[in-house]
Parts: sequence; C-alpha cells; structure tokens
Amino acid sequence: MADAYDLVVIGGGPGGYVAAIRAAQLGMKTVVVEREHLGGICLNWGCIPTKALLRTSEIYHLMHRLGDFGLSAENIRFDPAKVVARSRALAKQLSNGVGFLMRKHKITVVVGEGKLAGKGRIAVAKDGKPVADLEAKHIILATGARARSLPGLDPDGKLVWTYKEAMVPPAMPKSLLVVGSGAIGIEFASFYRDMGAEVTVVEVLDRVLPVEDEEISIFARKAFEKQGIKIHTGATVKALKKGKDSVAAQIEAGGKASEITVDRVILAVGIVGNVEGVGLEGTGVKVERTHVVADEWLRTGEAGVYAIGDLVGPPWLAHKAMHEGVICVEHIAGVNGVDPLDLRNIPGCTYCRPQVASVGLTEKAARDQGYEVKIGHFPFIANGKAIAMGEPEGMVKTVFDGKTGELLGAHMIGAEVTELIQGYTIAKTLETTESELMRTIFPHPTLSEMMHESVLDAYGRALHF
Amino acid sequence: MPIQILMPALSPTMTEGAVARWLKKEGDEIHSGDVIAEIETDKATMEYEAVDEGRLGKIIVPEGTQGIKVNQPIAVLLEEGEDASAIGDVSVPKPTEPKPVEAKPAAPQPTPPVPETPKTAPPPQTGNGHDGSRIFASPLARRMAAQAGLDLATIKGSGPQSRIVKADIDAALLRGAPPSARAPAIRPPRPAPAPFAPVTGDPPFSQKPHSQMRRVIARRLAASKQTVPHFYMTVDCEIDELLRIRKMLNDGTEGLNLSVNDFVIRAAGLALRQVPAANASWSDDAIILWERADIAMAVALDGGLITPIIRGADLKGLQQIAAETKDLAARARAGRLKLEEFQGGTFSISNLGMYGIREFAAVINPPQGCILAVGAGAPRPVVKDGALAVATVMSCTLSCDHRAVDGAVGARFLQAFKQLIDEPARMLL
Repeated sequence: MADAYDLVVIGGGPGGYVAAIRAAQLGMKTVVVEREHLGGICLNWGCIPTKALLRTSEIYHLMHRLGDFGLSAENIRFDPAKVVARSRALAKQLSNGVGFLMRKHKITVVVGEGKLAGKGRIAVAKDGKPVADLEAKHIILATGARARSLPGLDPDGKLVWTYKEAMVPPAMPKSLLVVGSGAIGIEFASFYRDMGAEVTVVEVLDRVLPVEDEEISIFARKAFEKQGIKIHTGATVKALKKGKDSVAAQIEAGGKASEITVDRVILAVGIVGNVEGVGLEGTGVKVERTHVVADEWLRTGEAGVYAIGDLVGPPWLAHKAMHEGVICVEHIAGVNGVDPLDLRNIPGCTYCRPQVASVGLTEKAARDQGYEVKIGHFPFIANGKAIAMGEPEGMVKTVFDGKTGELLGAHMIGAEVTELIQGYTIAKTLETTESELMRTIFPHPTLSEMMHESVLDAYGRALHF
Repeated sequence: MPIQILMPALSPTMTEGAVARWLKKEGDEIHSGDVIAEIETDKATMEYEAVDEGRLGKIIVPEGTQGIKVNQPIAVLLEEGEDASAIGDVSVPKPTEPKPVEAKPAAPQPTPPVPETPKTAPPPQTGNGHDGSRIFASPLARRMAAQAGLDLATIKGSGPQSRIVKADIDAALLRGAPPSARAPAIRPPRPAPAPFAPVTGDPPFSQKPHSQMRRVIARRLAASKQTVPHFYMTVDCEIDELLRIRKMLNDGTEGLNLSVNDFVIRAAGLALRQVPAANASWSDDAIILWERADIAMAVALDGGLITPIIRGADLKGLQQIAAETKDLAARARAGRLKLEEFQGGTFSISNLGMYGIREFAAVINPPQGCILAVGAGAPRPVVKDGALAVATVMSCTLSCDHRAVDGAVGARFLQAFKQLIDEPARMLL
C-alpha cells in the first residue's frame, strides 16, 4: 500500500524544498524526494559554496593591497585544502539547515530517486532498489539541471572540470582555461585569478557576460583584463588534447587557430535539464531541448504534474525556482491573488570581482522593443563610500521609458552591487516611475546613493557627476 | 398637445449623447417610469425613464445615432386622444459629427489632455471594483492613465489587493481608445452610482462633490443599515448627582473641566466591564468578545464626522478621559488624527445633547456591536416615592447588532450604565 500525500516534490533543491515548505504552510501533507543532498546543487555545489570560495579570494586579493589601507603583512599564503574545507563545511551546515526546516514543517523526506509510476504515483529507488511507493494528488518535478558538455569537450573530472570539480581543487592550478563566460565561468575565472592562477577565458559570443547590458560587458572585460585575465571572444575551443598533467587547447577565433597549454580546463557552457530517469516517457509531460515545458502556473502537459526551476525554462536561477515553487503550490491550493511569475523583474547576480547585478531590460533590448529610452549612468569613482572603501571601479546604469518614466532596467558593476540590486527590483515590482525614485532618500554615505544618482542622471539631474 | 421627449443630460458634464437602443416602438403605451430608451454617454450607457404618460407617437432619432445635443428632441409622446396628425412636421435633425478622436493629428500637445470630468462626475462605469474611495494604482499606472486620458475609476485593478498596474492600463488601451472615444462593451443593467439627473421643473441646485469622508460614511453606514439587524432600547438616567459631583470636582481642581460626556464614556467603559457580552462584534466565524473597552466617540466635522477612540476607557480615570477626549476632538477637527486613533474601537457613543435633542437612535458602526446615543440632560417631571418631582433626566438609547448582542444583554448593559450615571460614586470602584 502506497503512502498517500497531497503533494510529492521530486528534488530537494531551492525550488523543491521551498515549494514543500509553502505547501506545508498551506496544510498540505507533503513529501520531498531527494537523491543526494537537501538544498540541491545551489546549496551544495553552486551558489553557496562558490560564494565561500569567492570570499576567500576577495580577502586574499585585499591582502595584496593592504598598503592602500595603511596596513602591512608578510608571508601572505593560503592552504588550498583549508579553503575548500571551509566551503564544504558551509554547504553542509546549510544543507543540515534545510533538513531542520523540513522537520519543522513536518515534511517527510525520502532519500532516493523519484520516478513517475502511473497516475498520481511515484516510485522511489535507491541504488536501484525500491525504497518507497508514494501516492499524491499533485506532483512537482524539481529535478534541476547539470552542466552541459560539448562534443569533443567532455569533462573527465581530473584535467577537464565542470563546476563540481572546480569547487574542490586538490591543488591550485597554475594556469586555467575557462570555456564560457556566463555567470558560472566568470566566477571561477575571477576566483582562480585572484588566487594567483593564469586564467584564459574563451567565449563564443562577441562579449563576456553576454546576457548583461553591453556597456557592463565592456566594463567587465576591461576590469578582468586589467587583473590579467586573458579573454577571447567570438572564439571556440576546437579540441582539447590531454597530456599527463596538462591540457593543450586549440582555440579558433576569427578564422585563426591558436593553441595554449594549461594545467586545467573548466567547462561552463550552460546547463541541461535533468529530464532523464524521472519517468516522463509515456506521460503528457513535454520536453523541449532538455527542459520540461510548463505553463504560467508551472503545469506540464500531464494533469497533476508540475515542473519548476532549472528543469523548466530560463532564467536558471535559484530565486526564480523558489518563486515558481511558491506560485505553483499556491495555485494548486487555490490561494487568492496569485500571479504568474513576472519574468521582467528577476534580478541576476554574478559574484566575480567586480560584481555584476542587473534586473530588467538592457539598453539594447529596450531600444529593440521600440522604447524611447532615457539612460542614466553613475560611476563608483564619484561616490564617497566607494572611495572610502577603496573600490572606485564600477558604475550604475539605469534604463527608463522616456514616455512613461517606467524603470525598464538597471545594470550595475562594482563592489557589493549584488546586495544593491534588490532596490531597483522592488521599484520595478511596485511600478515606480523616476519620480518616486528621485524622491526616495538614500542614506549618505552609502553605495546606494549611486542608484539615486543614476536615476537623476537619466533625467539630466545628477548632483555629484 | 404632443410632448417632446428630449435628449436628457445624464450627468452634469454631459453635452451630447447617443440613442443606443429604443426599448419602445412607435405606438407603444408609455407609463411614467417606463424605460423607453438606452442613452449612451461618453461614460456609460444609461436607461432613460419616461416622465410623462401617453403613446409613443414618433421616434425622431433612430437607434445608434450619435452626437445628439442635450435637450434636442428625440421622440414625440402623444397624450390621450391625440393622433399622429398632431405631431406635425418633425424632421430628423442632423446629428453633429462624431468627434474624430482617433484621427486627431498627434501634434502640438505632447500628452492628450485629460478630460476634466473625472473630478466632478461620478464614475458610472460598472464593474470596476472601486467604490469611489481611494483608488490604489501604481505610480506608473497613474502616469500612463493620465497620459492616455483614462479615468482610473473606470479600470479594474489586477495587482495585489486589486491595485491598478501597468498591465491594466495596457489592457484598457488595447480594448479601445480612451473611454471618451469608445462605447462600453458591456451595458450595465442600471448603473449603480446613477448620476443625478434633474427633471424639468426642478428648483435650481448646486452640487457638492463627495469628499472621501462622505463616501466612507455613505458606504459604511449604508452597509450597516442594510446588513446589521439593529434594535433599540432607551433608558432615562437622572444626572443631578452627576452634575453635583462634576461641579464639585471642576470647582475644586485648578484647570479641570470634566464634561458630562466624560462621565458617560467612563460609565460606558465600566458598564462594558460589568457586562462583557455587550462588548462584542459579529464575525462570520465567531462572536468576538473584546477584553478591553475601546470607546469611539463621534465628533462632528465640517461635512461629516469622525470617531476617535478612547482606548481602554474602562481602565482610565475621569481626568485622563477628559484630557484625551479634548485632545482627540481638537485634533479631529484639525484633521490631524493618526489612522490608529480613529480606526477600530469596540463600542461607540454619539452625543447630541448639546443640541437639545431629547433622544435619538444611532446607526451602528460595524464591526462594533453597539452604539449608545446620548440625549440632552434636561429637567423633567419624574415620579419619586409616588409623588411628582423634578429631576434632570438624560435619555440614552442603545442600538444593538442583534447577531452579536441580544436584548437581555443590551438591557443589562443599560441597567449597569444607568446605575453608574445615577449614582456616580460607583465610578470610584
């Protein structure tokens, strides 16, 4: 006899466990099926452990410019094993925290791989042996995604890494090739560069961080190159020739081929959805390009089966997955006033040095959509707090609809901008115009003043630049 | 003589309209009050009721004709005994050209002018979810509506708590040009907030636009009278002793000026403590029994009233009540009350004694369960020990929500209240 639940969530990542908590809050009898660690990739092999590593590299970098602050130290060194150990310990701590949250909300956790097994049924197996047979009115698929590999560029976990190996280096490579300059690739490039490695980045598109505003990409590239990162855009890696403890990479750019030899390669060329082994075959669940197709309420083509997070469409971000989880569950429960996710208001953050954060339309996208835009800029160099922090590198850019004053987008690069972007996100969610933002009092001295100034600048009223 | 039926002015700002539909045919009998046609204005479609009786002799303006000036004849009514020949020669007047709003060249004005009507005209479009009080809209939605000349009151909000957001404005613009150029898609059966339509022969009048307070009063009290089953009971209190003690206290204390009303508030607070069942509110799930007497007192303002609250009146002394009422009333009249100072309350008191009103019954202020209406204290004949005597009598009427407070409960409250007023020394306890 199967155990009967209101909701089964397959996958205990940020989308899945948040969906489960919301369901429990709404009085649903809920179970989460997780094959490895609660918290998923984000918490165990993604967002959180990389932030731990990047904190290390940030401090290490600062220690090399102690003189700027009137400080001095000798013998500045690091222990790779300890750096990694800290990152792992944090991930474990937080994963345990998710376990606590599950117990607190009386959510059952079944360890194993969940698979659809007929209408309203899920079979859970561990190491090929069945461990549970669950029955539920509603099923949320939240199995996430994994690193994409390209033909001829298969990771081996030793010389050619994905994010997973890159997070636990046994030793620091002296030289590194990063394939792909999206958020994941650039964060690793930044970490390893600050830890002292020679880093080369290859990007197939014409600029780094290609989803960001063009000006931000250009600014970021200059900053990275100043740090000594070599960047090839419009370039592809044709082949990797593995040596004993090194890799020779053939790079082609603009019809010209070159070869570099590096200790290690990190592949960060996107993700593919985990659609296999979930029992989608023979159901109404549709899969397109490795991702499940879901509507605005996260319903799949199969009644009673929903999909959220990285398993469905972009952007592939933990906070988007969490909101989808909540929306999906509230819609199932019939909560009043639930709205579908507004894709225009999802912020994106990259924790490289300098940090990058943005929300909404880039300038180009706004122009392409026919807006008559008003653009504001404000540089870190003109902000008191940034100067005091010794972080004069960066800028805040805003994009307004000149006709209505709608904040269409905001794009930031520089210290701590990932903590600032929420201000613009709230503004967008509340549909403020430039007028409310101009009248909002930003405290002095803070980095946030730049957000105010950038808005003023869009209307030719910047005060400090 | 045949009576001309004229294009009515259905709102103060209406200058022309269209006959959307005739509901009577030529030859039909018309009785006063019959709906004879649907008239379309720039705001809504409204029913046109006949004032006079007779037979519809001739329809001058056919269905669908736009741009008919107010007071232009649209039909002829024949009185009893008249026949069509009495109509004489009525030609169909040429309707004025409809305004080519959409064809307007997008020239000198950067933004289309906002119609002046929304400020004074009631929002007649139905189904917008607004009741005329504050409209919640995002700043962006407000600006877009202003630029497009849309009246926010005609737009239904889809955001949190029905807030009007950009998408609603986009949808409104998509449905058609600004409302001044479009006919409402769905005809309301009879617009709820019907604009005042003057009838020929009415005396001259002026109109005072509703303030927000007026709308709140109208809405809340209409809802109260329609949904709360009121019943009333009156008790006569003798206040000679109260007046004596009041004088003694006021004379004996520098700067103290207790009013009778302060005693009434304290007595009501204490009586609610004695009869807690009267300190109650109805809710769909349960009767809420308040554990503190927060007494709201009605304060008349220019153009309305407001009910600031003495929180925990059962726990406060006369001097404190006096100080608080004075402060609250003064700030109420100055319009400087904070939200929490006039929202809530568990029981209300309305005192019209200063106007010499002997007694009256007040409308309950939901969700409160009771309101006490206090009349003037005046010398009246009373029977004491079988003999006629004169006492200063103050009549108090309690209105109760029967769903939450039964007659016996209300009566016990009034009994306790009367005892405290009659023998104010009990308020010391």
